[in-house]
Amino acid sequence: MGHRVVVWGWALALLVGLAACSPSQAHSTAAPRPERTEIILATTTSTYDSGLLDYLLPLFEDATGYTVKVVAVGTGKALRMGQEGNADVLLTHAPAAEKPLVEARDVVDYTLVMYNDFVIVGPPSDPAGVRQATDAADAFRRIAEAGAAFVSRGDDSGTHKKERALWQAALGAVPVAQAWYLESGEGMGATLRIASEKGAYTLTDRGTFLALQDTLALDILFQGDPALMNIYHIMRVNPEKWPQVNAEGGRALIEFFVQPETQALIGQFGVDRYGQPLFFPAAGKSEDELRQNP
Amino acid sequence: METLWRGLLEALRLLLSGDPEIWAITWRSLRISGLATLISLVLGLPAGTWLALRARIPGRRLWFSVVHTGMALPPVVVGLVVALFLWRTGPLGRLGWMYTPTAMVIAQVIIATPMVVGLTATALQQQDARLRWQLLGLGATRRQLIWLLWREARLPLLAAVIAGFGSVISEVGASLMVGGNLRRSTRVLTTAIVLETRRGEFDRAIALSVILLGLAFAVNYALTWLQQHDEDGEP
Repeated sequence: MGHRVVVWGWALALLVGLAACSPSQAHSTAAPRPERTEIILATTTSTYDSGLLDYLLPLFEDATGYTVKVVAVGTGKALRMGQEGNADVLLTHAPAAEKPLVEARDVVDYTLVMYNDFVIVGPPSDPAGVRQATDAADAFRRIAEAGAAFVSRGDDSGTHKKERALWQAALGAVPVAQAWYLESGEGMGATLRIASEKGAYTLTDRGTFLALQDTLALDILFQGDPALMNIYHIMRVNPEKWPQVNAEGGRALIEFFVQPETQALIGQFGVDRYGQPLFFPAAGKSEDELRQNP
Repeated sequence: METLWRGLLEALRLLLSGDPEIWAITWRSLRISGLATLISLVLGLPAGTWLALRARIPGRRLWFSVVHTGMALPPVVVGLVVALFLWRTGPLGRLGWMYTPTAMVIAQVIIATPMVVGLTATALQQQDARLRWQLLGLGATRRQLIWLLWREARLPLLAAVIAGFGSVISEVGASLMVGGNLRRSTRVLTTAIVLETRRGEFDRAIALSVILLGLAFAVNYALTWLQQHDEDGEP
């Protein structure tokens, strides 16, 4: 009796296994699909956390029939995914890190989409006097001089890269060894929460902060310096290097982001909830144009 | 596959070069999970013994169900609940324990204790009840009785320790939530692996995974040696 149970058990497992290797999968290896509906979009955690993609992508999907799979990771990983052909489209905000990919032709159709800015937030008591800073580098210098707790993303994200550049401008080096310099290695939301709990300063994009500010004990203490501008580019992974990427889908998605209707929607996003937009549409402009006229 | 191979080489390189940060993270993992396992033993062993041996417990079956549910608690849920208590806005906020190793130990104790309680109770229930009567008949005090029963059940009890330790050395959800993965204070092997993967540093992520597996293996080997070693020659 026990013997029969074992045999039936294996037979059942085998059947389930075969069923899992469903016909549609076998079909896709047998003949190339004329229309691949899945687009993998690699983007950053802060972009995703703002909610903009959850707002825009359903409109794209309804209009075109594509399905966009959003993978939200640090900028470092998103760009790495592009270099290894593991994504179709990249939407990131670290132009300095993106340039090598453009030059190496790992990505094509490198297109500016929108911008927003970073702000320096911290405890309302502002022990380091950041409110009186003259520019972003000065704000960081004040934090260092006061030895005030500062939480870094510490994860090679776009925000982290911007933060490192500001430390370079302020002190000539990133103060990793200092006891007051904390590195979370986490996304922007988690990092903000850590800063709030510890009464520390941090650099954040305005969007994530606005979305979470009700739950945080932090205030915006410094903003407006052109150095804090955060510029978003969208790009396609080069199908010549990686034939398996969805080139058609990638092209359609980029077109969607730069078309006037979508740009208008981007400019409206967040206004009714926060009284101010989280992003500023900028398709068609160049980086230099933006930096000169913040 | 190449990534895996590169990761293994990187693991070797990191260990041999004595990268201080890797060693600090490893040692921290061991300390936090080791302490949590110890505390869960101190709490769980007596509780499990009580659950198994006490003659009349109202709702014993209910208690067992609670313990078994506790063994299957998702660590992220534990992390969330602990965070709700320890956040500044929470009831224990004034302690300032959020994002410290203390919080991680607390969460891991909550994860490991049900495991210890459940396995201890089962181990003792499996014992022949006549052994208990015989020991009592021979004049054993309560303390002697419990000690002897524990010794008789040392195999499954050591399994409880191994299970408890295994459940916390490998968990990442609660550690991330209440620890915050801070570089010099609360980053452990599991949370560091999440970070390196997110950064695209797959070599380092695999290296850390190898170290974690090696650590878990080493500890379990030691415990198993202890467990199986008694088998030879001991009455």
